[in-house]
Amino acid sequence: MIKTIRRYLQDIFFQLFNSKKKIKLGLYGPPNSGKSTLSNRICKDWTGEELSSVSKVPHETRNVNIKESVIIKHKGKELNFNIADTPGIATKIDYEDFLKYMNKGEAKQRAKEATKGVIESIRWLDDMDGVLVVLDSTLNPYSQVNITIIGNLAARNIPVLIVANKIDLKKSNMKKLQSAFPQYNIVGISAEKGTGMDVFYDALFKMFR
Amino acid sequence: MLTLQFVPYSEIESLNTDERIKKLLDIVKNKNIVLMQGRLKLAEETRLIQETMEAISKDFKGIEICTVYPEDKEMEAVRKIRKEFFRLVLGNRDGMTIIGPASVVKEIKRDPNKIQLFTFKDSAKKSKRR
Repeated sequence: MIKTIRRYLQDIFFQLFNSKKKIKLGLYGPPNSGKSTLSNRICKDWTGEELSSVSKVPHETRNVNIKESVIIKHKGKELNFNIADTPGIATKIDYEDFLKYMNKGEAKQRAKEATKGVIESIRWLDDMDGVLVVLDSTLNPYSQVNITIIGNLAARNIPVLIVANKIDLKKSNMKKLQSAFPQYNIVGISAEKGTGMDVFYDALFKMFR
Repeated sequence: MLTLQFVPYSEIESLNTDERIKKLLDIVKNKNIVLMQGRLKLAEETRLIQETMEAISKDFKGIEICTVYPEDKEMEAVRKIRKEFFRLVLGNRDGMTIIGPASVVKEIKRDPNKIQLFTFKDSAKKSKRR
């Protein structure tokens, strides 16, 4: 009973004040997991404009891109976000991996910018009020980059929502992801096709309740 | 030939974060694979990634890293508290950290208690067989 009353009062307080406050929401994860596709979908849905360019070439996002005042309305509630799409975090970058997409000079430049992007992403971690860790659900989740990102967020007490992307693909394995991070809330989506977005917004609003 | 260099926790215990990371990166830059007792602190792991990115050059493409450590899920509360206390006092000696140069180690797979280390020679053999 007391819990219900407390929750009710919290909800009223939240609706009165929190809807005006801007929440810094970061999208983190390894390269090519779909961070930019998801941030574009959110921004397009609520502002009509996309945030980042998307490409099959890894490390397409090499700077932190921010969209301010993205007001999301969901089931009678409203939240105001500053959305930060960050470069993918990696432990290795080899310009030769880009050679099938571009010439040597461009590949070297891209690799140089990508290394700076990783450093920038990590620097921004402390500024976030909440983080969406976007993971490719078709890949092995036990990568050290995933473990390091999620562990660091937990250590800094930053709320985390794990977004398992690309669930429309045959190789997608949600169960494996859930067994890798059993203590976290995980939502499955396809950012490209828009599948699971309603459940995603439910989880996003729960994160800041 | 692959060289695995064992780094006992006692070797990094007295070092600060910068010194620890420098020591580990120096070994990896010499194309050796680090087998370290225990694991770095979480903040040190992110610093290691940042320092690795700073160090990337024509000859150094980055690292592959993997940590394995015993899960505490089944442990009783009292044992957990005792373990945490020893961790705070003595550092995190549980488990093992493997760090290899990306030019030698293509991938380290942890799944979840088994480690598979793939080198570039393995990949070349596989493609030859095909």
